[in-house]
Amino acid sequence: MDKELKKRLEMTAVKVRMGIIEGVYNAKAGHPGGSLSIADLMTYLYFNLMNIDPAKPKMAERDRFVLSKGHTAPCLYSVLANRGFIPVDELKTLRKLGSRLQGHPVIDKIPGIDMSTGSLGQGISAACGMALSGKVSGDSYRVYAVLGDGELQEGMVWEAAMFASHYKLDNLCAVVDNNGLQIDGKIDDVMSPYPIEEKWKAFGWNVICICAHDFEQIEKAFSEAQSEKGRPTVIIQKSIKGKCVSYMEGKADWHGKAPNDEQYAQAMDELKAILAEMEGK
Amino acid sequence: MEKIATRISYGNALNELVKIRPDLFVLDADVSHATMTLTFAKENPERFFNCGIQECNMLGVAAGIASTGRLVFASAFAMFAAGRAFEIVRNSIGYPKLNVKIGATHAGISVGEDGASHQCCEDIALMRTIPGMTIINPADDVEARAAVLAMADYEGPTYLRFGRLPVPVFNNPDTYKFELGKGVTLRDGDDVTIIATGLLVYPAVEAAEELAREGISARVINIHTIKPLDEELILKAARETGKIVVAEEHSVIGGLGSAVADVVSEKAPVPVVKLGVNDEFGHSGPAVQLLEEFGLTTAGIIEKVKKVIGK
Repeated sequence: MDKELKKRLEMTAVKVRMGIIEGVYNAKAGHPGGSLSIADLMTYLYFNLMNIDPAKPKMAERDRFVLSKGHTAPCLYSVLANRGFIPVDELKTLRKLGSRLQGHPVIDKIPGIDMSTGSLGQGISAACGMALSGKVSGDSYRVYAVLGDGELQEGMVWEAAMFASHYKLDNLCAVVDNNGLQIDGKIDDVMSPYPIEEKWKAFGWNVICICAHDFEQIEKAFSEAQSEKGRPTVIIQKSIKGKCVSYMEGKADWHGKAPNDEQYAQAMDELKAILAEMEGK
Repeated sequence: MEKIATRISYGNALNELVKIRPDLFVLDADVSHATMTLTFAKENPERFFNCGIQECNMLGVAAGIASTGRLVFASAFAMFAAGRAFEIVRNSIGYPKLNVKIGATHAGISVGEDGASHQCCEDIALMRTIPGMTIINPADDVEARAAVLAMADYEGPTYLRFGRLPVPVFNNPDTYKFELGKGVTLRDGDDVTIIATGLLVYPAVEAAEELAREGISARVINIHTIKPLDEELILKAARETGKIVVAEEHSVIGGLGSAVADVVSEKAPVPVVKLGVNDEFGHSGPAVQLLEEFGLTTAGIIEKVKKVIGK
């Protein structure tokens, strides 16, 4: 991967994380943990990979994105803001009365959202529909969907998994954010979805496993996904819930709770320090 | 009079539709032989997508197709489209206001021999609670075909309800015009109004004819669009006839009867008597005998009319 690009993406990812903290702190609610764990992935999608244009959010040939784990909307809003779809300052309105930034993503509320999600297990089905529509019609767009690892407990995910491989949806790429935690604790204590890799393989998908916080691995995975023909690809990314905010990392407790004033200041200080260090290099 | 099941009409209408809407996608959940999307699949295999026995995913897929601007009809039995997949219909179709047409067949107890597990008498109630959902329940072959074609031009979530049992084709195909949201007055009358939907529309006409012989003048209104409801026509009937009987092959809880009662009680209070499936499950048996047992017949309507007018 190009060094400049890598540095630029890494710095953008820090800004995306700041936007997540800003939103959740101001909302006094929301889901920071799983938003932070997908921040690098989302940065790569919105700042490097996807064919999108903030000036033309509805263009027919745009790549589609579905946040199947819709509760991590703070991350989606932050990438959309940093990418120019909405003002960055608007992130502070998250979950407030009258805000366009609903607790879970809503199609057409703000530009750049292709599907309303939030009820787990449904986004991946909609992504299958978008992919089928494009494939049958000869469209060039690709479809990306991000799922949580806890979300894999929903049976509907596996209906969609069966469907996508049956119809050979090679224009579809799903990502499973394997941060290992859900609201009630560790995913393998609550209801184990493991072995995740073998399950997707058994359903006929091309499976790629990566570390979620390494842009080189992310780039390689998507490039492989793009060249895969005749079957859909799933990228299983091993991630750290709450990544880059020390006291949130690896804590199920931070699945759905906002930082207080002190915690907010600490999180922003930590992220600013990371950014300053990068800028210094 | 010729009898045709509206599910047959549905399959035929899809074949007509694809000729003017080549972007049409038809989905089914392994019941194409029964929903009659098979009629479409045979002629248009490249536009037909079997989703297997997964109604929830099928409706999610339909939402995704609709989000790309293409026309999609998704079919399953009413029990599973509206019942099992209710929350998918609400959150992935209703809430994002996506242009998905749900073609639900085998509604009501006239499913017959399959029994209560497959006899859906709750779908209208469920679909009515979703903001922005249009609900169409055609009464015969002519109306069903016209409704499918008309709804293809309408942008928004739509639930179309079809039956398994062949029913009389009483509308004239040459003159019939489907108007979304408009009730059809099939017979005028002053003493009472019978508001019916689906397979009880024709028995309502028969009931009115018989009542006329006994000197009772009954107005008959066919409500094919249950939501949005033709409030104006219903309120006019309430004011002019003073008494209403609502007949439907659906639970008396939450169906057309409830919708009519809601409107009438607020804006023109008059007695409303509901004929439908009472708060109980159906069971196996030939459809026609089941309809008789549950009173969903011409005689059943007459009985309710006499009750409401106090005779």
